[in-house]
Amino acid sequence: MTVAVVPTVRIQAADFDVAAEISLLTRGRPDIGAVVTFTGLCRDEAGSLAALELEHYPGMAEAEIMRIAGEAIERWPLAGITAIHRFGKVRPGENIVLVVAASKHRQAAFEAANFLMDYLKSRAPFWKKEHRVDGSEGGWVDAKESDSAAAQRWAKS
Amino acid sequence: MTKLIYFAWVRERIGKSEEDVDLPSDVKTVHDLLVWLKSRGEEFESALQHPEVIRVAINQEHVDHRELIGTAREIALFPPMTGG
Repeated sequence: MTVAVVPTVRIQAADFDVAAEISLLTRGRPDIGAVVTFTGLCRDEAGSLAALELEHYPGMAEAEIMRIAGEAIERWPLAGITAIHRFGKVRPGENIVLVVAASKHRQAAFEAANFLMDYLKSRAPFWKKEHRVDGSEGGWVDAKESDSAAAQRWAKS
Repeated sequence: MTKLIYFAWVRERIGKSEEDVDLPSDVKTVHDLLVWLKSRGEEFESALQHPEVIRVAINQEHVDHRELIGTAREIALFPPMTGG
Protein backbone atom coordinates (compact mmCIF):
# COMPACT_ATOMS: atom_id res chain seq x y z
CA MET A 1 0.00 0.00 0.00
CA THR A 2 1.36 3.42 -0.94
CA VAL A 3 0.26 6.39 1.09
CA ALA A 4 0.70 9.77 -0.59
CA VAL A 5 3.27 11.85 1.24
CA VAL A 6 2.01 15.32 2.09
CA PRO A 7 4.72 17.86 2.91
CA THR A 8 4.44 19.99 6.04
CA VAL A 9 5.30 23.62 5.27
CA ARG A 10 5.04 26.39 7.83
CA ILE A 11 6.01 30.06 7.67
CA GLN A 12 6.03 31.49 11.17
CA ALA A 13 7.46 34.22 13.38
CA ALA A 14 7.95 31.84 16.30
CA ASP A 15 10.96 29.60 16.82
CA PHE A 16 10.70 25.86 16.14
CA ASP A 17 11.69 22.76 18.09
CA VAL A 18 13.83 20.43 15.96
CA ALA A 19 13.26 17.35 18.14
CA ALA A 20 9.49 17.89 18.16
CA GLU A 21 9.43 18.21 14.36
CA ILE A 22 11.40 14.98 13.93
CA SER A 23 9.02 13.23 16.30
CA LEU A 24 5.99 14.47 14.33
CA LEU A 25 7.39 12.84 11.19
CA THR A 26 8.52 9.56 12.70
CA ARG A 27 5.92 8.76 15.36
CA GLY A 28 4.16 5.50 14.52
CA ARG A 29 6.32 4.97 11.44
CA PRO A 30 8.68 2.04 12.11
CA ASP A 31 9.33 1.84 8.35
CA ILE A 32 11.43 5.03 8.56
CA GLY A 33 15.13 4.25 8.86
CA ALA A 34 16.66 7.67 8.23
CA VAL A 35 15.91 11.24 9.21
CA VAL A 36 18.07 14.12 8.00
CA THR A 37 17.59 17.60 9.41
CA PHE A 38 19.12 20.88 8.33
CA THR A 39 18.84 23.94 10.56
CA GLY A 40 19.90 27.34 9.25
CA LEU A 41 20.88 29.88 11.92
CA CYS A 42 21.33 33.63 11.92
CA ARG A 43 25.10 34.10 11.73
CA ASP A 44 27.24 37.06 12.76
CA GLU A 45 30.95 36.83 11.96
CA ALA A 46 32.02 40.37 12.78
CA GLY A 47 30.11 40.99 16.02
CA SER A 48 28.31 43.90 14.35
CA LEU A 49 24.95 42.31 13.55
CA ALA A 50 22.06 42.96 15.96
CA ALA A 51 19.44 41.07 13.95
CA LEU A 52 18.29 39.98 10.54
CA GLU A 53 14.83 41.10 9.54
CA LEU A 54 13.19 38.51 7.30
CA GLU A 55 10.55 39.77 4.92
CA HIS A 56 8.42 37.32 2.95
CA TYR A 57 5.62 37.19 0.40
CA PRO A 58 2.71 35.71 2.36
CA GLY A 59 0.89 33.06 0.37
CA MET A 60 3.57 32.64 -2.25
CA ALA A 61 6.23 31.69 0.31
CA GLU A 62 4.14 28.71 1.45
CA ALA A 63 3.09 27.85 -2.10
CA GLU A 64 6.63 27.94 -3.49
CA ILE A 65 8.13 25.80 -0.72
CA MET A 66 5.20 23.40 -1.14
CA ARG A 67 6.00 23.14 -4.87
CA ILE A 68 9.69 22.44 -4.11
CA ALA A 69 8.79 19.85 -1.45
CA GLY A 70 6.37 18.22 -3.90
CA GLU A 71 9.18 17.91 -6.42
CA ALA A 72 11.42 16.32 -3.76
CA ILE A 73 8.69 13.75 -3.09
CA GLU A 74 8.57 12.90 -6.80
CA ARG A 75 12.34 12.52 -7.05
CA TRP A 76 13.14 10.55 -3.88
CA PRO A 77 11.31 7.78 -2.00
CA LEU A 78 10.46 9.84 1.07
CA ALA A 79 8.28 8.91 4.03
CA GLY A 80 7.84 12.55 5.02
CA ILE A 81 9.26 16.03 4.58
CA THR A 82 8.91 19.19 6.66
CA ALA A 83 10.07 22.74 5.96
CA ILE A 84 9.70 25.62 8.40
CA HIS A 85 10.90 29.16 7.67
CA ARG A 86 10.71 32.04 10.11
CA PHE A 87 9.97 35.68 9.35
CA GLY A 88 10.42 38.88 11.34
CA LYS A 89 13.49 39.75 13.40
CA VAL A 90 15.94 36.96 14.17
CA ARG A 91 19.05 37.54 16.28
CA PRO A 92 22.47 35.91 15.81
CA GLY A 93 22.43 32.33 17.05
CA GLU A 94 18.68 31.94 16.57
CA ASN A 95 17.01 29.60 14.11
CA ILE A 96 15.87 30.74 10.67
CA VAL A 97 14.99 27.65 8.69
CA LEU A 98 14.43 23.93 9.25
CA VAL A 99 14.21 21.08 6.78
CA VAL A 100 13.46 17.52 7.90
CA ALA A 101 13.48 14.66 5.40
CA ALA A 102 12.58 11.08 6.36
CA SER A 103 13.03 7.94 4.33
CA LYS A 104 13.77 4.22 4.58
CA HIS A 105 17.45 4.81 3.84
CA ARG A 106 19.83 7.70 4.39
CA GLN A 107 20.71 8.56 0.79
CA ALA A 108 17.24 9.72 -0.18
CA ALA A 109 16.87 11.69 3.05
CA PHE A 110 20.25 13.44 2.65
CA GLU A 111 19.68 14.29 -0.99
CA ALA A 112 16.10 15.48 -0.56
CA ALA A 113 17.07 17.78 2.35
CA ASN A 114 19.96 19.20 0.32
CA PHE A 115 17.77 19.71 -2.75
CA LEU A 116 15.03 21.41 -0.75
CA MET A 117 17.48 23.85 0.84
CA ASP A 118 19.19 24.68 -2.46
CA TYR A 119 15.89 25.44 -4.16
CA LEU A 120 14.45 27.22 -1.17
CA LYS A 121 17.41 29.64 -1.13
CA SER A 122 17.00 30.64 -4.75
CA ARG A 123 13.20 30.37 -5.22
CA ALA A 124 11.36 30.95 -1.94
CA PRO A 125 10.30 34.61 -1.67
CA PHE A 126 12.21 35.75 1.43
CA TRP A 127 14.57 38.70 1.81
CA LYS A 128 17.00 39.50 4.63
CA LYS A 129 17.78 42.97 5.90
CA GLU A 130 20.58 43.59 8.38
CA HIS A 131 20.22 45.64 11.53
CA ARG A 132 23.53 46.63 13.10
CA VAL A 133 24.52 46.71 16.77
CA ASP A 134 25.10 50.49 16.51
CA GLY A 135 21.43 50.97 15.59
CA SER A 136 21.97 51.62 11.89
CA GLU A 137 20.45 49.65 9.05
CA GLY A 138 23.01 47.48 7.34
CA GLY A 139 21.02 47.16 4.14
CA TRP A 140 19.58 44.21 2.27
CA VAL A 141 21.62 41.04 1.99
CA ASP A 142 22.74 40.39 -1.61
CA ALA A 143 21.79 37.14 -3.32
CA LYS A 144 24.79 34.86 -3.82
CA GLU A 145 25.72 33.53 -7.23
CA SER A 146 26.83 30.33 -5.47
CA ASP A 147 23.29 29.75 -4.21
CA SER A 148 21.75 29.85 -7.66
CA ALA A 149 24.58 27.62 -8.96
CA ALA A 150 23.82 25.18 -6.12
CA ALA A 151 20.18 25.00 -7.22
CA GLN A 152 21.13 24.52 -10.87
CA ARG A 153 23.12 21.37 -10.15
CA TRP A 154 19.82 19.57 -9.46
CA ALA A 155 18.44 20.42 -12.91
CA LYS A 156 17.51 17.28 -14.81
CA SER A 157 19.46 16.89 -18.02
CA MET B 1 -7.51 46.40 -12.19
CA THR B 2 -4.30 44.61 -11.46
CA LYS B 3 -2.74 44.47 -8.01
CA LEU B 4 0.98 45.22 -7.97
CA ILE B 5 2.97 44.17 -4.90
CA TYR B 6 6.53 45.18 -4.07
CA PHE B 7 9.02 43.60 -1.67
CA ALA B 8 12.34 44.39 0.03
CA TRP B 9 14.37 47.20 -1.60
CA VAL B 10 11.96 47.42 -4.52
CA ARG B 11 9.22 48.28 -1.99
CA GLU B 12 11.45 50.74 -0.12
CA ARG B 13 12.52 52.60 -3.26
CA ILE B 14 9.00 52.79 -4.68
CA GLY B 15 7.73 53.89 -1.28
CA LYS B 16 4.69 51.63 -1.04
CA SER B 17 4.03 47.94 -0.63
CA GLU B 18 1.17 47.59 -3.09
CA GLU B 19 -1.19 49.43 -5.41
CA ASP B 20 -4.04 48.74 -7.83
CA VAL B 21 -3.39 49.91 -11.37
CA ASP B 22 -5.10 49.95 -14.75
CA LEU B 23 -2.45 48.64 -17.09
CA PRO B 24 -2.24 50.38 -20.50
CA SER B 25 -3.42 48.07 -23.28
CA ASP B 26 0.04 48.01 -24.88
CA VAL B 27 1.55 46.41 -21.76
CA LYS B 28 1.52 42.79 -22.89
CA THR B 29 4.53 41.17 -21.23
CA VAL B 30 6.38 41.43 -17.94
CA HIS B 31 9.12 43.31 -19.82
CA ASP B 32 6.55 45.86 -21.07
CA LEU B 33 5.28 46.25 -17.50
CA LEU B 34 8.76 47.06 -16.18
CA VAL B 35 9.34 49.62 -18.96
CA TRP B 36 5.97 51.27 -18.26
CA LEU B 37 6.46 51.32 -14.48
CA LYS B 38 9.90 52.88 -14.87
CA SER B 39 8.29 55.87 -16.60
CA ARG B 40 5.95 56.57 -13.67
CA GLY B 41 8.31 58.74 -11.65
CA GLU B 42 11.64 59.05 -9.89
CA GLU B 43 10.89 56.41 -7.28
CA PHE B 44 10.10 53.84 -9.96
CA GLU B 45 13.14 54.92 -11.97
CA SER B 46 15.26 54.30 -8.85
CA ALA B 47 13.72 50.91 -8.03
CA LEU B 48 13.86 49.63 -11.61
CA GLN B 49 17.11 51.12 -12.87
CA HIS B 50 18.44 47.61 -13.51
CA PRO B 51 15.24 45.88 -14.67
CA GLU B 52 17.12 42.69 -15.55
CA VAL B 53 17.70 41.90 -11.85
CA ILE B 54 14.03 42.31 -10.90
CA ARG B 55 12.21 39.04 -10.23
CA VAL B 56 8.53 38.82 -11.04
CA ALA B 57 5.72 36.55 -9.89
CA ILE B 58 2.29 36.43 -11.49
CA ASN B 59 -0.49 35.10 -9.26
CA GLN B 60 2.23 33.92 -6.83
CA GLU B 61 4.29 31.91 -9.33
CA HIS B 62 7.72 32.86 -10.69
CA VAL B 63 7.74 34.00 -14.33
CA ASP B 64 10.43 35.34 -16.65
CA HIS B 65 10.33 38.73 -18.33
CA ARG B 66 8.95 37.37 -21.60
CA GLU B 67 5.82 36.03 -19.91
CA LEU B 68 2.48 37.39 -21.12
CA ILE B 69 0.56 39.20 -18.40
CA GLY B 70 -2.85 38.19 -19.75
CA THR B 71 -5.49 38.46 -17.06
CA ALA B 72 -3.09 38.42 -14.09
CA ARG B 73 -4.80 39.53 -10.88
CA GLU B 74 -1.65 39.94 -8.82
CA ILE B 75 1.86 40.77 -10.02
CA ALA B 76 4.74 40.99 -7.56
CA LEU B 77 8.12 42.64 -8.18
CA PHE B 78 11.09 41.89 -5.94
CA PRO B 79 14.87 41.53 -5.78
CA PRO B 80 16.65 38.16 -6.00
CA MET B 81 15.65 36.12 -2.97
CA THR B 82 17.87 35.67 0.09
CA GLY B 83 15.95 33.28 2.33
CA GLY B 84 17.19 30.13 4.01
